Amino acid sequence: MSEKTADAGLADTVRGLITPIVAVEAGPVLLCLQAVQQHYGYVPEGAVAVVTDVCNVTRADVHGVFSYYSDLKKAPPPAISVRLCAAEACQAVGGRALAAAWREACEKDPGLAADTGIDEPVFCLGNCALGPAAMVDDKLVGCADVARLKAAVDAAREAAL
Amino acid sequence: MTVWFVPRDAAAQSVGAQQVAEALEARGETVVRTGSRGLLWLEPLVERAESRTGTRVGWGNVTAENITAALPAESDPGYLGEVEAIDYLACQERWIYQRVGIIDPLDPEDYLAHGGLSGLRRALAMTPEAVVEEVFASGLRGRGGAGFPTGIKWRTVAQQDAAVHVGDPVDASRHKYICVNADEGDSGTFADRMLMEGDPFCLLEGMAIAAYAVGADRGVVYLRSEYPAAIAVLSEAIKTARERGWLGQGILDSSCDFDVTIRVGAGSYVCGEETAMLESLEGRRGMVRAKPPLPAIEGLFGTPTVINNVLTIASVPSILDRGAESYAALGQERSKGTQVFQLAGNIARGGIVELAFGVTAQSLIHELGQGTRSGRPVKAVQLGGPLGAYLSADALEVPMAYEALAAEGCMLGHGGIVVFDDTVDMAEQARFAMEFCVEESCGKCTPCRIGAVRGVEVIDGLLASDAPAEAEQLLRDLCDVMTQGSLCAMGGLTPQPVLSALNQFPEDFKRHGMKPPAA
Repeated sequence: MSEKTADAGLADTVRGLITPIVAVEAGPVLLCLQAVQQHYGYVPEGAVAVVTDVCNVTRADVHGVFSYYSDLKKAPPPAISVRLCAAEACQAVGGRALAAAWREACEKDPGLAADTGIDEPVFCLGNCALGPAAMVDDKLVGCADVARLKAAVDAAREAAL
Repeated sequence: MTVWFVPRDAAAQSVGAQQVAEALEARGETVVRTGSRGLLWLEPLVERAESRTGTRVGWGNVTAENITAALPAESDPGYLGEVEAIDYLACQERWIYQRVGIIDPLDPEDYLAHGGLSGLRRALAMTPEAVVEEVFASGLRGRGGAGFPTGIKWRTVAQQDAAVHVGDPVDASRHKYICVNADEGDSGTFADRMLMEGDPFCLLEGMAIAAYAVGADRGVVYLRSEYPAAIAVLSEAIKTARERGWLGQGILDSSCDFDVTIRVGAGSYVCGEETAMLESLEGRRGMVRAKPPLPAIEGLFGTPTVINNVLTIASVPSILDRGAESYAALGQERSKGTQVFQLAGNIARGGIVELAFGVTAQSLIHELGQGTRSGRPVKAVQLGGPLGAYLSADALEVPMAYEALAAEGCMLGHGGIVVFDDTVDMAEQARFAMEFCVEESCGKCTPCRIGAVRGVEVIDGLLASDAPAEAEQLLRDLCDVMTQGSLCAMGGLTPQPVLSALNQFPEDFKRHGMKPPAA
């Protein structure tokens, strides 16, 4: 497929995703970007121009929103997302040490690093009495350690099959 | 018939409740999925009764392997006896959390059987003005952290005319909004999440009462993306509520039209600030607005808007049901009613404690919480989230109430209590407070955007300094600028954890000649 047709395909898909949102929502830019991310797992470069066009706002408006929110990603995410809580309640029960141990485990296991992209810190997952907390894809992990995280990653791999 | 109750709450599932429920079902047992009782150190907490409504006995820390081997028995080491007689639960005064852990959160019949909708029914039989006055008389204040009297906020919105959306033609339909702030980003807080997962109809009922009282037709719950389970449960509850006529055109056959949608956040802490939340709901960068105009007058899309925290709105059904007077009889001074405290961090018995205002931090941490999970001495406690002050272990006699805490230079925030043992390095915590502000500042005002970056550098400089007195003065000056000059609480309160750490634990900052900690 040539680059041009790929772009046209993307534009059509994005237009199809966001047109129904723009038709009913008063302030649709963030919702549109979230819908695009939901579909692709990230916001592909060509999508911003389509959102700009369909929402009838400036490119700067869309870029401003896109770059503001940490959930909105520029590049495809790893197969499995592993997010370790970096906030105070988890710090109080060894969150910093767990983050270091997890990085080390990923360095030793290239397959793990490739699948998870190591980890992405997050500030609070709402599991503050059972820390350290982590989220593997959409599953919350309590009293996390490296073994429990690996087990959760294995379960996520299995679920993806 | 024997019924088993296993929480579906995300925290309970994070330590294996789902597998426990599946193991029970595999044995052919009847399992009801509930919210969590909030006794989180016991999760997965499995309960058993002779019928759906019978007295429940429980077992703590059950595993799927336990269940597969044999059904829980009274002789097991994890046997707890009657669940509601457990000291942690028996002492509580549950208004907001009255049904959480007891009912199946998505079963509307269960909700009705446990007093659901009686608040809304009573409200609909009153005039809207009388409902506002009832909430005012209860003394309810905003549970998100600011503590603004809810009745006054509602009265203000009720007095406004509904407005068209900004930019819409003037003949477009006019609206008022009820916005629920469920962007619970403070570390150490999880009460909004557990309420939404454990009793979502309670939140919707509270929103409907608010809508009737102020004349709003639209409701939005701004829910953070880090809570996928809460998003799923609340979405399902909204669908059911619409089917039942609890939401939509003419709720409960009244003349009140009201519907609710969920908007999912996108990972920005500052969107928990009400005006940043409005910006985000309008699809823009979540940057703080200058006030005035107050959201109650010009809020979402320029319409009069009630913005309340989940716990504030969830307090309303029981206030209407049981009466403002009995609510206002709880608490002290101008801190009326109950607060949902969340015991978190390094604590032996972490969880949800709903009690009248006035209980001391000491009693919450040492009597109910039974000290640290590590068994080491408590060194510091952070109250009120990442922008709240650190208290030292000998200052915990302070009553948990708005006025008493303010007098100590602390704040209640969203009711989170994070405990640290004596291994914590308070200079590292102070540095983290600044780092967090760097990460999460919306960037609109300079003291916060630049001050936080400089704050990290100044703390690093202080720790490595040959002239610590000068470096400390610089840090204090910077904190003063941030406190006085920031537009909202993000930059304005970040100095709280920094200065409280510096003032109470000066020894942690004395590392003359040492290198700063690695980032």
